[in-house]
Parts: sequence; C-alpha cells; structure tokens
Amino acid sequence: MDLIEKLQYLDRRWIFLLIALTVILPLIIPLHLKINPSPAVESGYKFIDELPEGSKVLISYDFEPSVVPELGPMGTSFIHHCCQRKHKIIGMALWPAGQVLLESALNTVARDVYNYRYGLDYVNLGFMAGNQVVITSLGESFRKTYPTDFYNTPLSKIPLMNGITNYSNIDLIIDVSAGDPGIPYWVMYAGTAYGKKIIGGCTAVSAPQLYPYYSSGQLVSLLGGLKGAAEYETLIGKPGPASRGMDAQSVAHVLIILFVIIGNITFYLDKRRQKMRGKQAWKS
Amino acid sequence: MAKYRIPILIAMITGCAMVIREFIPHYPFNILNTTFQQWYMIIACFAILLGVGSLLTIHGQKISRRRPGWGYSVVLILSFLIITFFGMVGGISEKGEGFIGSGFNWMFEYMYNSLQSTMFSILAFFVASAAYRAFRARTAEATLLLLAAFVVMLGRVTAGEYLWSQLPIITEWIMDYPNTAGQRAVMIGIGLGIVSTSLRIILGIEKSYLGGE
Repeated sequence: MDLIEKLQYLDRRWIFLLIALTVILPLIIPLHLKINPSPAVESGYKFIDELPEGSKVLISYDFEPSVVPELGPMGTSFIHHCCQRKHKIIGMALWPAGQVLLESALNTVARDVYNYRYGLDYVNLGFMAGNQVVITSLGESFRKTYPTDFYNTPLSKIPLMNGITNYSNIDLIIDVSAGDPGIPYWVMYAGTAYGKKIIGGCTAVSAPQLYPYYSSGQLVSLLGGLKGAAEYETLIGKPGPASRGMDAQSVAHVLIILFVIIGNITFYLDKRRQKMRGKQAWKS
Repeated sequence: MAKYRIPILIAMITGCAMVIREFIPHYPFNILNTTFQQWYMIIACFAILLGVGSLLTIHGQKISRRRPGWGYSVVLILSFLIITFFGMVGGISEKGEGFIGSGFNWMFEYMYNSLQSTMFSILAFFVASAAYRAFRARTAEATLLLLAAFVVMLGRVTAGEYLWSQLPIITEWIMDYPNTAGQRAVMIGIGLGIVSTSLRIILGIEKSYLGGE
C-alpha cells in the first residue's frame, strides 16, 4: 500500500485523535488570539448600551444543555451587559430546559455579581408550552400568559411585574435560541406584529439561515455561535468561556480545512492513477 | 362522513375567524383570538402529558416483550421516574437558594447537562471524518461550494484574520449577499407554501391532517 492509498483509507481513529488534540490543547495552553467584534454583534451591544438605565429587557432562553457551550456564554454576556447598564430583566423560556439554564445564569450573574434582587430587578417567568402562541399571547397580556413565575408566585405579587402589562412596557427582546421555536417566531409575532426591537443569538449552524432577518433590519443584532459570544464577551470586557473556546475552534477549523484539502488531493491522484492504469491496460 | 365533515367545518370556521380578525380587530373577533390562544396553550400542555404517556407505553411494551435493547428502556423509565420524583418533591422550594441546592438541579447540572453536551460534542468528530472522506470537488458547483465553505469557516474564526486580514470581510459579503439571496428565496417559497396549505385546509380541500389517506 503506497502513500496515496494509505491516506485514502486512513483509519478514522487517527482523525478523531487529531481533532481531540486540536480541541483539548488550545484549552489547556491558550493561544490568546485577538477577537475583533463584527458589525452584527457591535450593533446589539450599542443598542443595549444606549437604552436608558432601568429599561425592561425580556430575555428568552430557547435552548437545551446540548448547545450550552455555544449559547450559554451568549446568554450570560447579555445578562452581564443588562446588569452593567442597570436594566431590569424579565426571563422566560419556550424550551422546557431553558428555564433551568436561565435560572442558573440569573442567579450566578445578576444575583451573585451585581446584587440584583429577585422580583425587584429580575424575574424568571419559567417555561410555557405553546411556542409561537406564547409570543403572541404576551403581546396581549403577560399575566394571562404567565399566571405565575418559575417559583409559582403569582405575577401580581412580583413588584417588577406590576408595571408590565404587555409588549408596550418592554424596551427590548433578546432571544437566545437553538432552533424551533426561536428567532423567526419572535421576529414574526413580536417584532413585526408589535414593532419590538429584537436581538438574536443562535448556534453557528443556524446563523446563515437567520442572517436575512439581520440584513433586513428585523433583528437589531445577530450573534452566531461561539464567535458571536466571544465577540460580545470582548465588548463587555468580560472574557469568559466563549473567548477561551475560540482558540480551540480556530485550530479545529483549520484542521478540518486541511482534512478537506488532503482528502481532495488523494482523491484526484487516485483518479488520475486509475485513468493511467486503464490506458495501459487498453494498450496492452 | 360526519367523522370528517365536523372537523373540516371546525377548521373552516376557525380559520375564517382568524383571517377576519386581522381585518376587524373588534368584538367578537378580538375575543375569539385570545380564547383560541388560551385553548392552544392548554392543548399544548396536554400534548406534553400525551407524549409522556406514549413514551411510557412504548418502552413499557418493549420491556414486557423483551425486545432487543429493552435494557435501555429500563434505564429510560427509571431515569424518567427518578427525575420526576425529585422535580416534584423539593424541585423548587424557595426563591433562588432552594432551587440551586435541590436534588433536581443537581441531576440537571451534573447528569442531564453533561450527557447532552457529550452527545452534541461527538458531532465534531463525525464532521471531521466526513470532511476527510466526503467533501469532494467532483463538479464545478461542488468546487464553488467548497471554496465558499473554506472562506466562511476561516472567516468565522479568529485564526482566519491572522491568515489574511481580508477573510472576515469576504465572509461578511458571502453572508450578506449570496447567502441572504438564497435563504430569502427559500423563505419566500416556504411562506407561499404555508399560505396555500392553509387555504386548502380552510376550504376543506386538504384532508391529510385528519389521518388516513
């Protein structure tokens, strides 16, 4: 077996090993690659920054633990920024597991770092079944949609919710989403129908699909994947897990491109050799 | 025939009422909208219960009939019962502190969270393996796609900027124009499809949602 054949039929365990090394090593030995925020991320940062102090921001955690490495830092960065600007946070989830992830993020950031008080500065409304109908229903009444919060406290007993009837009392909606229900529904039912400003955060794979909403101005900003999260961490001056993960992702992407190049070179060399053999056989 | 006619009539009346509501947002159509929304949310909650019932029935049958892989079904049912128990007993006790220390949260944080992340991260290995074996520039279109993928993959990570400072700009251009144009075409197609299917349901032409042929 020559080199071309060896490369063509390379045991995939070698590929797995190389990928594991390229992900693990940069996490252990950081490369400290510089992160430059893109316009799509900067516009969201600027919007939150320019909102008057005490503005009411609705954050929807529409994802599950499988995408926490990508979307977790994104959500946390948004909470950090809202707290830095002293905005009030109303959290909710259209995905069942999102409410627990949100609660954890609110407690570790808003409560523990910025001394936010539950019910006064932030609230977690929890999960509500119904997908896009929940979004539409919030436009009519928060209390009818969510009679109680995550802790089963009636919304009438939560001081923060006293001044909130529907979307007219919300200054900004942030949706961190891993799929359906997610950003398109928020754009259609809260953005278009109620004229609300929306910032979206999504996984890297769904970013191309959602980019038209940003290009058309239906989204104020779109954060795509770990890079979007790392850029936001840079902007708020709180480098965290996303910034660390970018080193690993950068090296892994370069390696995957090398794999594609090597795979194509061996494919063409093998094809050419087969053609040559065919010609020789025909001549003889 | 009533088995089909009554649901078709319900769909027709409901659909027409929702369309009229968009043009006449006054009584009684505005009330209808709110009522339908509440009904939908209640039905969605019951759908979760239905899902749980179906899950337990299917896996219960698999265990009782000792079908291949029935051991996994035992694990699934046990995990379901344990996490439900901890969720209902002390899952949320008091504001903030009670939840974080609860057994339910412990299982969510250290079991469910880790298991889901592990499953998703395995994808990286398969993507790498597929990149090596399947991404071939066999045709001109495939070559174009491959080149666009190269640029976007590098332009979306910090390493791309180090390799060539123009890469993020080209990436933004690809995302802004060719990608947006393609995605918009797909979205418009889907939108038109939704409108036509909805009309077919309202007019009683589309009956596949009722089951059967």
